[in-house]
Amino acid sequence: MQLSGAEIIVKLLERQGVTQVSGIPGGANLPLYDALKTSSIRHILARHEQGAGFIAQGMARASGRTSVCFATSGPGVTNLLTAIADARLDSIPIIAITGQVPLSMIGTDAFQEIDTYGLTLPVTKHNYLVRSVEELLTVIPKAFQLAASGRPGPVAIDVPKDLQFKKIEVTEWPEPGGRLPAKGADDAVIDQMVDIINQSKRPMFYIGGGIIHAGAAETVRRIAEKASIPTTSTLMGLGAIPSNHPLFMGMLGMHAARYTNMALDECDLLIAAGVRFDDRATGKVAQFCSHARIIHIDIDPSELGKIKMPFVGVEGDVGKVLAAAEDRIKAVDRSEWLNRICELKTAHPLLMPGADDPMSPYGLVLQAAATAEPDAIITTDVGQHQMWVAQSFPFSYPRQLLTSGGLGTMGFGLPAAIGAGLAYPNRQIICFTGDGSLLMNIQELATAVEEGVNIKVVVMNNSHLGLVRQQQELFYGARFSASRFHAEPDFAAVARGFGVEAVDLGTASNPRSALKKAFEFRGPCLINVPIPAEEKVFPMVPPGAANRDMIGGENHVDTRR
Amino acid sequence: MSTPVANHTKPRTVLELEVNNHPGVMSHVCGLFSRRAFNVEGILCMPIGDGRRSRIYLLVNEDERLQNMVKQLYKLEDVLEVAQHDPDHRVFAQLEEYFRE
Repeated sequence: MQLSGAEIIVKLLERQGVTQVSGIPGGANLPLYDALKTSSIRHILARHEQGAGFIAQGMARASGRTSVCFATSGPGVTNLLTAIADARLDSIPIIAITGQVPLSMIGTDAFQEIDTYGLTLPVTKHNYLVRSVEELLTVIPKAFQLAASGRPGPVAIDVPKDLQFKKIEVTEWPEPGGRLPAKGADDAVIDQMVDIINQSKRPMFYIGGGIIHAGAAETVRRIAEKASIPTTSTLMGLGAIPSNHPLFMGMLGMHAARYTNMALDECDLLIAAGVRFDDRATGKVAQFCSHARIIHIDIDPSELGKIKMPFVGVEGDVGKVLAAAEDRIKAVDRSEWLNRICELKTAHPLLMPGADDPMSPYGLVLQAAATAEPDAIITTDVGQHQMWVAQSFPFSYPRQLLTSGGLGTMGFGLPAAIGAGLAYPNRQIICFTGDGSLLMNIQELATAVEEGVNIKVVVMNNSHLGLVRQQQELFYGARFSASRFHAEPDFAAVARGFGVEAVDLGTASNPRSALKKAFEFRGPCLINVPIPAEEKVFPMVPPGAANRDMIGGENHVDTRR
Repeated sequence: MSTPVANHTKPRTVLELEVNNHPGVMSHVCGLFSRRAFNVEGILCMPIGDGRRSRIYLLVNEDERLQNMVKQLYKLEDVLEVAQHDPDHRVFAQLEEYFRE
């Protein structure tokens, strides 16, 4: 059968089981869109390529399946880069297929020509510039294999326009590419690890996104319960252990509860599982868990010893490694340690001022959590609201929270929520955002309306770049530079202009019932919530300081103004 | 015979890479070093066998990040093998005459 490059790409995507692709057409990928017209694959037309990239990310993060986005050459690619880089930092499997000017014109500064290969190289797990139609038959399945195997990540495939047109005879289709079986670890290493765990008196689990990717949440919970191991999580690991679990200590690091960072300072063993010792988690590395031996389990060998040299480094799939260790880990009595944790928690708990007031940050998050459907997916943007959600939302299962952790991309929340809604049309999606973040990709409200996704956009609106303002207040002598938005858009009116239902809790007579009504509405809905600009995320470890040096959130001081 | 490292104070090492031969590989390898501000002092690359693979020799500083760099190299899809040699490896020593001022 004679097929064009574009038809081959679409056919290969269908064979991969792809049912939805986000993107924007343009000059250099028109043949691809022509081929898509007759395909079973649904196309989601974003309003900006970054939106398309984050929609794909939302699908991938919510489902764990590799997702695909399309963009044209030049600005299409440069717009997409942020979403690709974001996927790289959080190890999210997406595939970006981009149009390129015809092969013969590459290097001539042709219209909308950009060095896509060079630009995507440092922000992808792997990237391709396709140079023959035949190559597509190996590159596409290989891209799916690479994106999902080992430590997941984004793959970019740049396809010159002439190759999208060019026809070749296809007699046989390659097998779809998928996740290769993950490696465990040597028995000897696991034995060594288990011995150290069994001997430890004050162990702690430090878990992250790797636990979610590996599907190892249940295993961690069982081991923690069996061996009485208190567990803290990075932002990316939230949901792996239910937040109300007695052994769960919430997030660690910059915005951890005081008792959590204090316990890390006292532990004698840190079991770091599927984490990468990010600076937001560790604070000043030299003083992080300074009394502890470290066991570091990760599928990516380059993470072992990258930041902190482990006592035992275990290279392998964290799920397989922990499953292999589970039976050998003994149920040791650690009541003394658990009592000490309890003591710390009682003396230095996470304080949530205004928890009863739906018009204050914590109160709003808790009210939204109480109102949300039990299987709701939560996305956030980046800033204060993200940390308030991470600290206080009662996450209870993996992939419940989709958030931009590593790159910290404002503008992530709304398109990621759309992607989650497309992956799970029957579930409610709640996007917590700030006024600063929302404005960075607000055009995707149009996409949300078009797709009819059931998303609730909760805007914590303080007319500021709140976390910037907070840092300026705390560390720059309250010299507020460029953190205030003087023009204050009426977000509810803007949303209605897009055809989105909207409510403003600031003018609602009963904010609780207004929120409930908004959540009950089926389809996209925006909820604007005025938040005082003075509200802060506490505790906070100053950037570069040790985790024990926290500001704010002391039990004996009311931090609320 | 003097070696290329003889005049320098920082200890150096030679990495030998076997890679798939296509136009992007050098970018991948060099980018790995450059974006970590890790200086590559010397590069040699030639196709081997039927030309589907290439061998790359890199002369790099031996600092505490080197072992992690080797692990990072292995993560590159097109890098097949990485070997580490002493700084007096002949490949750069023999080239010295082409690099006199």
